Amino acid sequence: MVEWTDSERAIITSIFSNLDYEEIGRKSLCRCLIVYPWTQRYFGGFGNLYNAETILCNPLIAAHGTKILHGLDRALKNMDNIKNTYAELSLLHSDKLHVDPDNFRLLADCLTVVIAAKMGSAFTVETQVAWQKFLSVVVSALGRQYH
Amino acid sequence: MSLSAKQKATVKDFFGKMATRSDDIGAEALSRLVAVYPQTKSYFAHWKSASPGSAPVRKHGITIMGGVYDAVGKIDDLKAGLLSLSELHAFMLRVDPVNFKLLAHCMLVCMSMVFPEEFTPQVHVAVDKFLAQLALALCEKYR
Repeated sequence: MVEWTDSERAIITSIFSNLDYEEIGRKSLCRCLIVYPWTQRYFGGFGNLYNAETILCNPLIAAHGTKILHGLDRALKNMDNIKNTYAELSLLHSDKLHVDPDNFRLLADCLTVVIAAKMGSAFTVETQVAWQKFLSVVVSALGRQYH
Repeated sequence: MSLSAKQKATVKDFFGKMATRSDDIGAEALSRLVAVYPQTKSYFAHWKSASPGSAPVRKHGITIMGGVYDAVGKIDDLKAGLLSLSELHAFMLRVDPVNFKLLAHCMLVCMSMVFPEEFTPQVHVAVDKFLAQLALALCEKYR
């Protein structure tokens, strides 16, 4: 089981309580699709992804980015049981969506960059350590049910 | 995944903008590397301290960023330009190449923190590609 210090819990809770889900969700997913274009393979039904500009204006991508961030909420609310919280979502990504789990790490990295931009100097070393630990637990849980 | 002419220009432009803050960013990036990925401290066991924010870590981060800037100037032929640095990393330092990616990520995070407006997704992809090409050039002599 993952051990969280009080400080880590406080940091993660604080990030989420100040989060604009729509802004950060949209920016993170767009950044992932632009920086790692092979991730676009999973978004065939999402309209125009022709270039960076069209991706950034795409309302379906924006909505999906928000959805993903709200999905992270589940981990926040169940920090001591992230593995089981995401069991069903993991199966969904494996069996239905057929997403290569390495993509979770790519999106997590983009999310980190976007949050760093938003928080600026408030994204301290300690904050980054806690945040990346949280994301790596999420990424691991999402990949766990692959078979 | 080589850089287009436009991406090379984007990299040069962004690094130009970054120049006044490059020492800070280099120092911060290495501090974050050893904090977020503690296994990387294994390369610095010979230092008095390898903890984030310590003097040797900050100093070395600045050195590394200096090397990155040097590479920007050699962007048209990184392999040839970084030959001696590659020999250093291959035969003396023997840094596992996976760590170049980890440091690159920390650099991108710092760039994003310091230049939130300028570090657009388009700049991000160009810089990420450049750092990946740089890492490849550093690995050239590994085997």
